[in-house]
Amino acid sequence: MSAPDPPLAVLAELTHRCPLQCPYCSNPVDLERASSELDTATWCRVLDEAAEMGVLQVHFSGGEPTVRKDLEELVRHATRGGLYSNLITAGVLLDEARIEALAAAGLEHVQLSFQDSEAANANRIGGFRGGHQKKHQVARWVRKAGLPLTVNAVVHRQNLDHLEDIIEMAVALDAERLEVAHVQYYGWALKNRAAFLPTRAQLDAATAVVAAARERLKGTLVIDYVVPDYYARWPKACMGGWGRHFLNITPAGKVLPCHAAESIPSLRFDTVAERPLAEIWAQSEAFQRFRGTDWMPELCHSCARREIDWGGCRCQAFALTGDAANTDPACQLSSLHEGVYALAEREAGAPPPAFTYRRIGGAA
Amino acid sequence: MNRRVVIELTSMPRLPRHVKLRFDKQRNRWIILAPERVLVPDEIALEVVKRCTGKASVAAVVEDLAASFDAPREEIESDVTRLLQDLADKGFVVT
Repeated sequence: MSAPDPPLAVLAELTHRCPLQCPYCSNPVDLERASSELDTATWCRVLDEAAEMGVLQVHFSGGEPTVRKDLEELVRHATRGGLYSNLITAGVLLDEARIEALAAAGLEHVQLSFQDSEAANANRIGGFRGGHQKKHQVARWVRKAGLPLTVNAVVHRQNLDHLEDIIEMAVALDAERLEVAHVQYYGWALKNRAAFLPTRAQLDAATAVVAAARERLKGTLVIDYVVPDYYARWPKACMGGWGRHFLNITPAGKVLPCHAAESIPSLRFDTVAERPLAEIWAQSEAFQRFRGTDWMPELCHSCARREIDWGGCRCQAFALTGDAANTDPACQLSSLHEGVYALAEREAGAPPPAFTYRRIGGAA
Repeated sequence: MNRRVVIELTSMPRLPRHVKLRFDKQRNRWIILAPERVLVPDEIALEVVKRCTGKASVAAVVEDLAASFDAPREEIESDVTRLLQDLADKGFVVT
């Protein structure tokens, strides 16, 4: 097999520490502690390796990346190396001076999460008092510093009916882009699935709201829309295909093909301490396991869409079938598809259970 | 993006600070870096975007392209305006 093209982007998860406790957090259930985090010098070396191998963009994420005191230094280092940098943040720890310092260090863009348009519900979902109000302030500081803003709104049965207001909020905050992302069910979100899955009617209403808003707000707000897999007909091309465009580095330096990949217990991940990043990308077992089409089951391998959706999501295949090498049951051709659809309708039709909040030890 | 940027012949298009046209040495092609996006412009888009300096009007860009590529002006005008409007609607071009 020839060497794969280099990745376009790296998601740098600087920490798993976070003041919020969103029950759909994309971090693994086993959160890494502060003591295992990579130090500044190691991150700088890894950023250099990334730029050298052809990575173009770095997304600083977490956890909450702003808990790291060296964030400005890492942004400056990335910028110096020619990487385009993006901050994915909950915002609540930022002040105006820090945003200005990040902009001065070369930060190009901020993606700020909101849990709802309604303060009380947003703060209940995030498990952080006063968070929603602070985020509004942060959005204004970001725009004042001249940085473009994306509002990220994870949506589900407990806020989906506010979608019109969420869109108006993004416009009022002068965001360029709004990401309306239905919860994806791995890790914490899988534990809380019944609390989040919308009904089909709720989903259809939301999809119509997005379509109308896109038309109405053309040129004012770009809306990206991530649909929930359980009601989909075709699976999503997760990460644009395993090991094709993207890699993820955990706070402790494990290199993953996607942020949820640790939910697949059979995979072994190399770390940036052991091997150069380019070598991990090209050769590590975890990247090779599902790269391309050779690994696919016959249903996928013989499918005309095999290089469109790349067999869907490996983590979802594992979560729903127990085998990560199966066809993603989000695909209507999967024999399990109808069962997943029925499960979604059943859970969405029952009263939502209480949240299991995302915190260290919280899943026990 | 408080209000929609409408591309007219008199508009002076430019890339905002956070949108960067760069030559990608590893892949030997031009790319446009934007928030959470990497765009690979086709040959025509590249020629247009290279001319989005804030110092030339859309009319001047069209004129220049018509001369450089020896192509009918009307056709270029409609292609260029459509392309720039599309980029403006995504926030990748401002005036």
